[in-house]
Amino acid sequence: MTNTQTPVTEETAAGGGVRLVENRFTSWLSHLVSDLGKNGIFIALLAVVLFFAVVTDGILLRPQNISNLIVQNGYILVLAIGMVMIIIAGHIDLSVGSVAAFVGACSGVFAVSWGLPWWLAVVLSLGIGALVGVWQGFWIAYVGIPAFIVTLAGMLIFRGLALVVLGNANIGSFPTEYRALGNGFLSNVFGDLELDPLTLIIAGVAVVALIVQQFRTRTGRQKYGQDVEPIVWFVAKLVLIAVAIGFFAYALASYKGIPVTLIVLAVLVLIYGIIMNRSVFGRHVYAIGGNRHAAELSGIKTRKTDFLLFVNMGVLAALAGLIFTARLNLAGPKAGDGFELEAISAAFIGGAAVQGGVGTIGGAIIGGLIIGVLNNGMSILGLGIEWQQAVKGLVLLLAVAFDVYNKRRSGGK
Amino acid sequence: MTTNILEMRSITKTFPGVKALSDVTLDVERGTVHAICGENGAGKSTLMKVLSGVYGHGTYAGDIVFEDETVEFKDIRDSEAKGIVIIHQELALSPYLSIAENIFLNNEQTGAFGLIDWNKTNHEAATLLARVGLKENPTTKILDIGVGKQQLVEIAKALSKRVKLLILDEPTAALNDEDSDHLLDLILHLKEQGITSIIISHKLNEIKKVADTVTVIRDGKTIETIQKTDVTEERIIKDMVGRDLEHRYPDHTPNIGEEILRVEDWTAHHPQDPTRVIVDEVSINVRAGEIVGIAGLMGAGRTEFAMSLFGHSYGSRISGKVFKRGVEIKTRTVSEAIKNGLAYATEDRKHYGLNLLEDIKRNIALASLDKLSSNGLVNDNEEYKVANGYRTSMNIKAPNVLAKTGKLSGGNQQKVVLSKWIYADPDVLILDEPTRGIDVGAKYEIYAIINALAAEGKGIIVISSELPELLGICDRIYALSEGRITGQLPIEDANPESLLKLMTMEKPR
Repeated sequence: MTNTQTPVTEETAAGGGVRLVENRFTSWLSHLVSDLGKNGIFIALLAVVLFFAVVTDGILLRPQNISNLIVQNGYILVLAIGMVMIIIAGHIDLSVGSVAAFVGACSGVFAVSWGLPWWLAVVLSLGIGALVGVWQGFWIAYVGIPAFIVTLAGMLIFRGLALVVLGNANIGSFPTEYRALGNGFLSNVFGDLELDPLTLIIAGVAVVALIVQQFRTRTGRQKYGQDVEPIVWFVAKLVLIAVAIGFFAYALASYKGIPVTLIVLAVLVLIYGIIMNRSVFGRHVYAIGGNRHAAELSGIKTRKTDFLLFVNMGVLAALAGLIFTARLNLAGPKAGDGFELEAISAAFIGGAAVQGGVGTIGGAIIGGLIIGVLNNGMSILGLGIEWQQAVKGLVLLLAVAFDVYNKRRSGGK
Repeated sequence: MTTNILEMRSITKTFPGVKALSDVTLDVERGTVHAICGENGAGKSTLMKVLSGVYGHGTYAGDIVFEDETVEFKDIRDSEAKGIVIIHQELALSPYLSIAENIFLNNEQTGAFGLIDWNKTNHEAATLLARVGLKENPTTKILDIGVGKQQLVEIAKALSKRVKLLILDEPTAALNDEDSDHLLDLILHLKEQGITSIIISHKLNEIKKVADTVTVIRDGKTIETIQKTDVTEERIIKDMVGRDLEHRYPDHTPNIGEEILRVEDWTAHHPQDPTRVIVDEVSINVRAGEIVGIAGLMGAGRTEFAMSLFGHSYGSRISGKVFKRGVEIKTRTVSEAIKNGLAYATEDRKHYGLNLLEDIKRNIALASLDKLSSNGLVNDNEEYKVANGYRTSMNIKAPNVLAKTGKLSGGNQQKVVLSKWIYADPDVLILDEPTRGIDVGAKYEIYAIINALAAEGKGIIVISSELPELLGICDRIYALSEGRITGQLPIEDANPESLLKLMTMEKPR
């Protein structure tokens, strides 16, 4: 360690690297490559969809089946949103399936046995979900018991309580408004038409809103002198997304219209997307998962954040329970069985890191959709439940293995 | 057969960007205790890692001759097979296993069918414990005995491997006086049994007690080897620190104002063992525009003091008062400390400073998200602009602020940490080992940043184990020993000799 040492290593370590000739083509190409890397999960979903569309002779993409896909997987996607946040913070929640069953059972008591108005039953049920979250969050955040243990206990506790509430019987049938949460469609507002206009209008508004938002982000970044992708690529991407939404909306419109579940999901994705991407709270979650000590020494209240995450998970698990119960029109003891595993798989397939700090809401949703398409496609092909399980397990393993391989290749630890 | 058990000849070891050892030669005579002295970072531990095979043959240049035979250790097992055993500063014992199990870890005493023979294990362990003078049952778990006894278990483990050359890396750093004395006596006792020891230490009194020969290493080079009869404290200190101090530190003209921070009687206890005092009635002050150093040897309680002050992030039963510009403030949580104008940049960037998974931008913003957000939503573009400003002004070498901090070099990571705390706009910045693991060029830049902050009128506290660094940049230096402030020296009166004297001053008992 003498003075002669020049900081050459700094230069090379920090991105001297390969310098491409700056022309339109190479910058276009580099954006394409980096986008492909970032959107690998999206491409995986497309591949799975295309594969099953071909092997099922197009049955997968029939309007009715697309509608079913959403409704059948809605509750898993709701759980995946909360789960990926928990995983980003470096925890896990094994109890969500049992909590969904417990809350479903409670909602049965409220809406059916006690005959409360449907909306009151829903509000009370979500409140119970929040209380469950308070209970688990307390043990995890303030007592300091690992989430794995607390929620493993919760898995047993709330499954048991669900049986207690049900008293060894199923509860049904639910009021129509309640059932709409799982089975309803927003349609026929303009009468019974071949193509539901409302669906198309909502899709149109969504596309316009997306384009406006994307352009505003882009011009905002340009104003602050940040790099933006080439306009050709930017427009091409928007067109692709718009076409996808259009196809999807057309399919829904020609069947029964937009499922209520989809509306709920869309609102959740929007809200939680903003929370995780843009809010201070979201930043804290990523910071805690990435390096808990550094987060604490930066003044972040890590316990409070952990606590709130589990309260949030409790509410989302309750919502998933309501959607599932509404769909079956029945609160039963077997409800929610294995949900936790599907939600956790969705988060990991969607790129969340096992040790925390990494993951996105969008990734978890796409991960959930991949599982959904696998379930649905294999069912159409007539594969038994036993093979479906095995295939899903394999997909989870390969997805995480791919992630680990990618990280190792790019030099991360 | 020569009288030397070990000869290390012209050992050179380079890490990317740093030459850790340069042409080091070390001869150790059979049946002696050989001390190796040097400042932190001088290359003592690296040399011992080369010797024990942690850095295997081929990763360094030079020859190792052990018992008249040139040896090429590929890993630590090779060196242990020859009878060289190293005991690291952080003990490598498994807390939930018994003493006997630890002694024979990976060397299990097996009987029929390859199963462990517990009678033999515990009997052999008892014999070894008797040799090191430890009166404990071999079945006692490691976590039930103190650090001093654990050190003895490590030595017993070394004896079980038929050790010929025992290397102890700062063996008494974590021990109290009584345990230290016992350990040093044991080393002398082992010498009588023919076991040669190398002891790495910077405690001069204990070197004088046990060592027959002392080798001083500085900046990865052997300075000299001194026989016991010629050892004096002055000579060793001079060898340890005598280096050219010019041109390694930017010019700094202090412009010192009013007192900005005063800490009175700050006391903190060990977090797990509330009876142990770690920080002992520390009182210091810092004035605006002043760079104040805290010097102390490893284990003196420097980091513990800073972290307990900054939001009670370390320790238990913390007491004492903090005043900012004469007004008492509280620093019970990190956010309270930040709000009251304190900032603490950690000595351990990777574990306590940065989120290595995130980009530069988000790391810089993390402690000041309030400034960048309204209604709980962060303004991404503003954040980018702020971070980009620091990238330019601090000369952070990265393609843009979206680069992940995990991919930056140590110097650039440190600049990100500093940016984070400068953006938080504190009145007093505590910098713990601000240049650890950074190469010389980047160090100079960090010093320039520290000077600029002081020039803005902030109070700066620099904690460092490198005395030349403190002497090069500070206006005033406190010395810390065993958790107590043992004195303070204005820069005019401070020199390595005067500081080391204060830093090694022991508590009157």
